[in-house]
Amino acid sequence: MSGFLALLRRDLMLAVREGSALGTALGFYLVVVAMLPLGLGPDLKLLSRIAPGVLWIALLLAALLSLPRMFEADHEDGSLEVMATAPLPLELAVAAKALAHWISTGIPLALMAPILGLMLNLELALTPALVATMLAGTPAVSFLGSIGAALTLKARRGGLLLALLVLPLYVPTLIFGISTIGFASVGQDGFAASLLVLMAVSVASIAVAPVAAAAALRLQVS
Amino acid sequence: MQTLTQRLANPTRFMAFSGAILPWMAVASALLIAYAMYLVFFVAPPDYQQGETVKIMYIHVPSAWLALGGYAIIALSSFGLLVFRHPLADVSAKAAAPIGAAFTLAALITGALWGKPMWGTYWVWDARLTSVLMLFFLYLGLIALRSSLEDEALASKLTAVLALVGVSILPIIKFSVDWWNTLHQPSTGFTSSVDASMRAPLLISAAGFLLLFIALHLKAMQNEIMRRRVKAMRVAEVERGDRLMSAGAE
Repeated sequence: MSGFLALLRRDLMLAVREGSALGTALGFYLVVVAMLPLGLGPDLKLLSRIAPGVLWIALLLAALLSLPRMFEADHEDGSLEVMATAPLPLELAVAAKALAHWISTGIPLALMAPILGLMLNLELALTPALVATMLAGTPAVSFLGSIGAALTLKARRGGLLLALLVLPLYVPTLIFGISTIGFASVGQDGFAASLLVLMAVSVASIAVAPVAAAAALRLQVS
Repeated sequence: MQTLTQRLANPTRFMAFSGAILPWMAVASALLIAYAMYLVFFVAPPDYQQGETVKIMYIHVPSAWLALGGYAIIALSSFGLLVFRHPLADVSAKAAAPIGAAFTLAALITGALWGKPMWGTYWVWDARLTSVLMLFFLYLGLIALRSSLEDEALASKLTAVLALVGVSILPIIKFSVDWWNTLHQPSTGFTSSVDASMRAPLLISAAGFLLLFIALHLKAMQNEIMRRRVKAMRVAEVERGDRLMSAGAE
């Protein structure tokens, strides 16, 4: 367990000290959301209606942008080989890295969403529901993303390929994220149940993704 | 006592076996599909609600089954590669991907053509359509991942990992019409709610498509084995050339 925590701490510290990765993701999030009203026209009613979906999709794209970095640097400087041969199972090492990705990218993106929501005329009453779905759903984004990052580690044009592989895996998260907000907006009582399903998707990803990603990494470092 | 899959692990034996059955499969598939199309267009009655458009169903349903079946073959082959290191498993997985993708596309296109007169739109975002579209993307992802890696052995193993992760989509597609109450009708399977005059052509058509899939798959596997042999021979030739060069230099 101490190895897990040490790896988590190291990755978080790297994310804080490097800083640029998070800044890029947040900047990308802001720019995509800001471009949208320019493309659709400044109709506030329309923007308010589509705001949750736009914020969710832009969040997925911004997170996608940061995924290739998950194993790349460690692969280049050889730390990945050390992790693969260390006593800590590679599955747990992957889980630590994905968790670090969630804390350093998923949570900041989710917390930035309310501010961007103001730009899209999102109803203030919906903001807590939006942030709740994002916090519940982004673990799946990081963990499923780790599969894609591991698979495309040595691929040519890895970034584009990563999007093709990972975005279909995000469909359940997106669907339940949006439907949960939908329940909140009409005041139906399905909100809690829908949020639980969203969490279940995240928990399932946390269970499955490290195994698959570690299998993919093991094939490439040995 | 060897099982059939063990015996066929030898590529030469596989080539002989598939070469022997392939022509029969191809002819049987052509005859069955031709007979099914005859039944569909000249014998089977138009539906009392759907009219003549019901005939699209005889192609749509088998294509959709094979879209799922093709993925199941890829998943089983991937399992065979990663767990048993079966030498032909990777050949099978690689060969099945474009064929499965083609049948998925056929199911999507025929579904859209049927949807326009029946539902009034080519496309709706209902659970079945969306999940099949995701299956199509998954096929594309498998093909793209394999082609983006230069090391073929690594490419096949990584593709197998992705194929096994993606297998979770199969139950979602299968049960999407039961779990979510959306536009696409639930499967009637072979229950008596489909009249015999329509069920028979559908079954014959499905059998013909299944044989077509197997024939295409076997042929693609043969091609892949040939391609690998050519590659191995080229490598051997280059190595021999190198040896001769170095021998001549001395």
